[in-house]
Amino acid sequence: MANILVNVPKTAKRGDVIEIKALIMHPMETGFRPGPNGQIIPRNIIEHFTATWNDSEVFALEMSPAISANPFVSFFAVATESGTIRLRWTGDQGFAVEEQVAIAVE
Amino acid sequence: MDRRRFLAGTAVLAFLPFDRAAATPDSMAEAIRKVVGDAVVREERVKLDMPPLIENGNTVPLTVSVESPMTDGDYVKAIHVFNEKNPQPNVLSARLSPRTGKAMVGTRIKLGDSQKIVAIAETSDGRFWSASADVIVTLAACLEEAT
Repeated sequence: MANILVNVPKTAKRGDVIEIKALIMHPMETGFRPGPNGQIIPRNIIEHFTATWNDSEVFALEMSPAISANPFVSFFAVATESGTIRLRWTGDQGFAVEEQVAIAVE
Repeated sequence: MDRRRFLAGTAVLAFLPFDRAAATPDSMAEAIRKVVGDAVVREERVKLDMPPLIENGNTVPLTVSVESPMTDGDYVKAIHVFNEKNPQPNVLSARLSPRTGKAMVGTRIKLGDSQKIVAIAETSDGRFWSASADVIVTLAACLEEAT
């Protein structure tokens, strides 16, 4: 399926602010470009990205066709407790992908 | 038609607007008004990091950071980015909370032309802050046909 790269530290101290980076393979087709046959290629983008830490939201992003192909996003989160960081991308043509990373907070 | 009138005609044609949807400084202002309403937007606290000269408009790194303690009582709720000349004025909207810890978001965007980019941040007290950047794009995004 979709190729995803996520960069999250494996461990963090309680209260630290950690950086999370995520990259996902996706064409982010704008819906403004003509294809080889002269017809406009239908829009196919990721619209929503959310990051939750043990099911409470830490960051969310609404994307537009102006986001580059293979969308990259970096953001921060407060290390509150050990658990799972869940990243979710949803968009056009039923696109829905989820990735989770475990983090230990001491 | 004599040569003089022909030349005058082509000069007029050159000033006709392009027949395709495109964001304009006006549509960007409208998109911003939809977000901020009648609130005053101050050009403070927000930093918009982008290269001033861009060789490839298909992937332009962009980072927006906002000065904020990010505590329960004083945090950045949202960060929005707008552009003037892509087909649509909206680029992104991020939702933040005290759990985010640091008011900073980075991504890569497409730019169809040299233009002005505006970042707007909304703090938890309902006030708006902004920063802008003028960038020059040598190779615009979306010009090549898909293969």
